[in-house]
Amino acid sequence: MKWFLNNWDQVLAALGQHIVIAFSAIAIAFAMSLLIGVWAARHEKVFRAAITITGLLYTIPTLAFLALLIPVVGLGKANAIICMVAFSLMIMIRNVAVGIREVPREVVDAARGMGMSTTEILMRIELPLALPVIVAGLRIATVTVISVAVVAAYVNAGGLGTLIFSGISNDYAPKIWAGALTACALAIVADLSLAQLESWLRHRAD
Amino acid sequence: MLLIEAWQFILANPGRFFGALATHVALSASALALAIAIALPTGVWLAGTRRAALLAIAAANIGRTLPSLAVLALVMPLLGTGFMPSLFALTLLALPPILINSYTAVRQVDPDVIDAARGMGMTRAEVVRKVELPIATPVIFAGIRTAAVQVVSGAVLAAYIGGGGLGDFITAGIAMMALPQLLVGAIPATLLSLGADRLFGGLQRALTPKGL
Repeated sequence: MKWFLNNWDQVLAALGQHIVIAFSAIAIAFAMSLLIGVWAARHEKVFRAAITITGLLYTIPTLAFLALLIPVVGLGKANAIICMVAFSLMIMIRNVAVGIREVPREVVDAARGMGMSTTEILMRIELPLALPVIVAGLRIATVTVISVAVVAAYVNAGGLGTLIFSGISNDYAPKIWAGALTACALAIVADLSLAQLESWLRHRAD
Repeated sequence: MLLIEAWQFILANPGRFFGALATHVALSASALALAIAIALPTGVWLAGTRRAALLAIAAANIGRTLPSLAVLALVMPLLGTGFMPSLFALTLLALPPILINSYTAVRQVDPDVIDAARGMGMTRAEVVRKVELPIATPVIFAGIRTAAVQVVSGAVLAAYIGGGGLGDFITAGIAMMALPQLLVGAIPATLLSLGADRLFGGLQRALTPKGL
């Protein structure tokens, strides 16, 4: 506890780095999954292929994935972000596609009957109605990415993991506490916030 | 080529490699077995309660979000390094998905089906055994499958707290920038994880009752 109070700036810096890489990865994955998800929602084969490939990626152990990327992109933030995007894609593509597919056909038909174009239907009907499911996926992806970012410190991506690894190698418990507990707190806060958002969206859709 | 060098590394160090592989499998299997033994009965039992269930499931949901390495690291100041602390941490990581899925699986069994079974004269125990569990099995096994992949992945990280396993090659490889060694750890770990996913996926399908 004393170490934490004396070095809270170090913890804050690590937390900042952690949030930056996590957020970048989520943003990239979100954009990609919207594009691929919408495409997959319309085409069964694409849906199945996307789920299979990204499902495979998701099963790869975090540290193994980061390690396998080293011969390709070396160490650093890029390595971490590629890994995090890959992990996020499965859940997010699936949720975007499933969310859109779950929009009742009658609603889409009614919109088309009113003269809306496909794009308009997508933007004003399908995506808004799919939002709760999409956010549910975003929630899981965010928690996953925060977890990966902890490990990614080992490939020089920065973040809260640096405190943990430093604490382990120097056998200095306060650093481990500071890094690990902050990471846990971050994950919990992110999960609860997105759960609230998801809940609010579901009630709004009803 | 890197893959060939990696293969040569294994050939040159069979004891180390198979030792690490064995430790990895032992850690993963034990953690999963322990987690199933604890969480499955608890989840099924909780499905019949109200207050206790809400608390337990809320705790499990929080547990599920915790970064794996954070949990492993937190165990170190408390239990030290080595196989047992790693086993403890990995078991903790595996508990939430199994608990949540076991609970949900039993809860979502259609009450009408249970009514019908009671109407046919089944005792409580028979209802659980012949109706609830078979219907709940696919969801329970989905939870076990998730936990299995988490545990095999987590066991890679156990290298950081002296737990051994394939992670040792990865950390050594990164520290020394020895890419072949890195692959010796990373590729088998990935194959193990995929294998576990396939195995439990198959079990899940095999154990799903014909009617579902």
